[in-house]
Amino acid sequence: MIDWRDDARRVAQGIRRRVLEHTINSNGGYLSQACSSAETLAVLYTKVMRLGPSIAPPVPPPFPGAPSKTNPRYTGAGYNGARAPELDRFFLSAVHYALALYAALIETGRMSPDGLAQFNKDGSTVEMIGAEHSPGLEVTGGSLAQTISQAGGVALARRLRRESGRNWVFMSDGEFQSGQTWEAVQALCFYRLDNVCVYVDVNGQQCDGAMEEVMKIEPLQSRLESFSARVCSVNGHDLDALAAPAELAPDGRPLFILAYTDPCAGMPILDPRRPKLHYLRFKDAGERDQFADYLKTMDG
Amino acid sequence: MPLLSRVHARNLVQWAKDKPEVIVLSADLTSSTEADLFRDTYPDRFFSMGMAEQNMMSFAGGLAREGFVPCVHTFAVFIYRRAYDQICDSIAYPNLRVRLFGFLPGVTTPGGATHQAIEDIAVLRALPNMTIVEVGDATDVETALDAIHAADGPVYVRMLRGEIPRLFPADEPLRLGRARVLSTGSDLALFSAGICTEEAMRATSILRARGLSIQHMHISTLKPFNDPAVMDAASRARYGVITMENHTIVGGLGTAVAERMAEAGVGKRLVRMGLNDTFIHGASRPYLMREYDLDALALVRQIEKLTGASLNITEDDLAAVRLDAAHSEAKAEAL
Repeated sequence: MIDWRDDARRVAQGIRRRVLEHTINSNGGYLSQACSSAETLAVLYTKVMRLGPSIAPPVPPPFPGAPSKTNPRYTGAGYNGARAPELDRFFLSAVHYALALYAALIETGRMSPDGLAQFNKDGSTVEMIGAEHSPGLEVTGGSLAQTISQAGGVALARRLRRESGRNWVFMSDGEFQSGQTWEAVQALCFYRLDNVCVYVDVNGQQCDGAMEEVMKIEPLQSRLESFSARVCSVNGHDLDALAAPAELAPDGRPLFILAYTDPCAGMPILDPRRPKLHYLRFKDAGERDQFADYLKTMDG
Repeated sequence: MPLLSRVHARNLVQWAKDKPEVIVLSADLTSSTEADLFRDTYPDRFFSMGMAEQNMMSFAGGLAREGFVPCVHTFAVFIYRRAYDQICDSIAYPNLRVRLFGFLPGVTTPGGATHQAIEDIAVLRALPNMTIVEVGDATDVETALDAIHAADGPVYVRMLRGEIPRLFPADEPLRLGRARVLSTGSDLALFSAGICTEEAMRATSILRARGLSIQHMHISTLKPFNDPAVMDAASRARYGVITMENHTIVGGLGTAVAERMAEAGVGKRLVRMGLNDTFIHGASRPYLMREYDLDALALVRQIEKLTGASLNITEDDLAAVRLDAAHSEAKAEAL
């Protein structure tokens, strides 16, 4: 039997490789986010989450139009399997990580590699900033900090129906600058929604640069604990450390796993661009060629 | 005109009795929005969310995705000003069945500019998928819940609390998308909403006695705004059309009527009564209605301007008017 760690390592490497490939093809992209989150997404999909097989079309359908009175809602949640009381649900909050998620879906056999050909193409659901119609997504959170509250509502509904499945949220650390996040933490703790579990990619980066220069959120663990949340800080590139907190028996507190990560992990070629890592735009064709050469080494 | 007290409080409990999917969320204004009786009757279906409207709206969206019907209760002003982004992305975009009950609209609160929802309809009318209803009396309050329950997607209800008059017969429920015809006539078309309908009715009985023939309609559905009877009335009005709303004249009822009239090519004069693109301040409702030209006397003055006639109506004349429940056109003819 294959050790799950081998599978997770393969998935993480696949996420980095596919996101790099698309960054080169699109002449830009959210590459550092794939580097920081690759292991977290890989562990979620290969070890932590209890999901059924995908029930969505391997190649995502085109955008079906915005939901309205005459156009029913369509979500990409089917890529995470059918809904069932005992199964888990996944909510990607930091939706600019969408490409990393699409890559994770491909690496875990939930989406066809061909689906990624539609990435960021007009009329496609495989959008750069994903929304609820995008593969693997269930709510619309692009404004940021709304997803944890929406997942809280889902978790409350599921508790009212006595469902045992857990509700996993993937957040970025920048979202902890927003008031709504803290409103949500307050409510999750107040209602003892321990069926909400949040992985936070603490990569210390945001659009303007290093978070400690833009707006500090540390010490995040003690701040969350002071709200009565259950918090584990882990090395976000250590598979066992990432997976361990999910084994803890629920104790009434919402669980936050702070995955401390390196936004250049597995991609040393990104290093010279620190501290501006949020969105990679190649300076010139030469730099793009350097990244293309690096991609070849990953393929090898 | 009978006055009823705590109509929503009792009605909500009765209405939700056989609807286990109905959940109430409140942001620290539970008694103030008459949700306290629901909380005490169905404690398992009531969730206190604290003074945190953004989280409350997104939570409501999550609950609605799972098949519950969250009824959010707070002051109207806190719904759309404090949590617009959340209403937009977590509720309206996915077209979820969340009901937003906004209390103390416009001049009905002495709480000052921070508490007075004066542009809520304008803001929420621009939001795709949103349905907007405004109640004007106890019958509207009692029957709005049934009227909106079938509606797909989010609904904003501009709500009344406390002592409310019964202007319309209890057996004539609010109908979504249908205006109530309170009097018929062809000199003027008068469209009023919310508490302005009661005020307008003080004037219309005297105006009729002065020989003016007025088509007075109470508008309860602000969006969608497509009742053909409204444009019929506008096109028949000899002197023109008057709208009267407890809201800024920008983006509310007056604007909706103007848009429809322009689209339909109804070339009549239009007078939009309402807050004239201004904030207001903390004071009593009668004071504010007088100060900002929203009362019966202000309506009389506007009609005098529109018709060019001096109607010789005084404040004392208006104060002496006794309002009876106004039956619909059909009922009136049957009397």
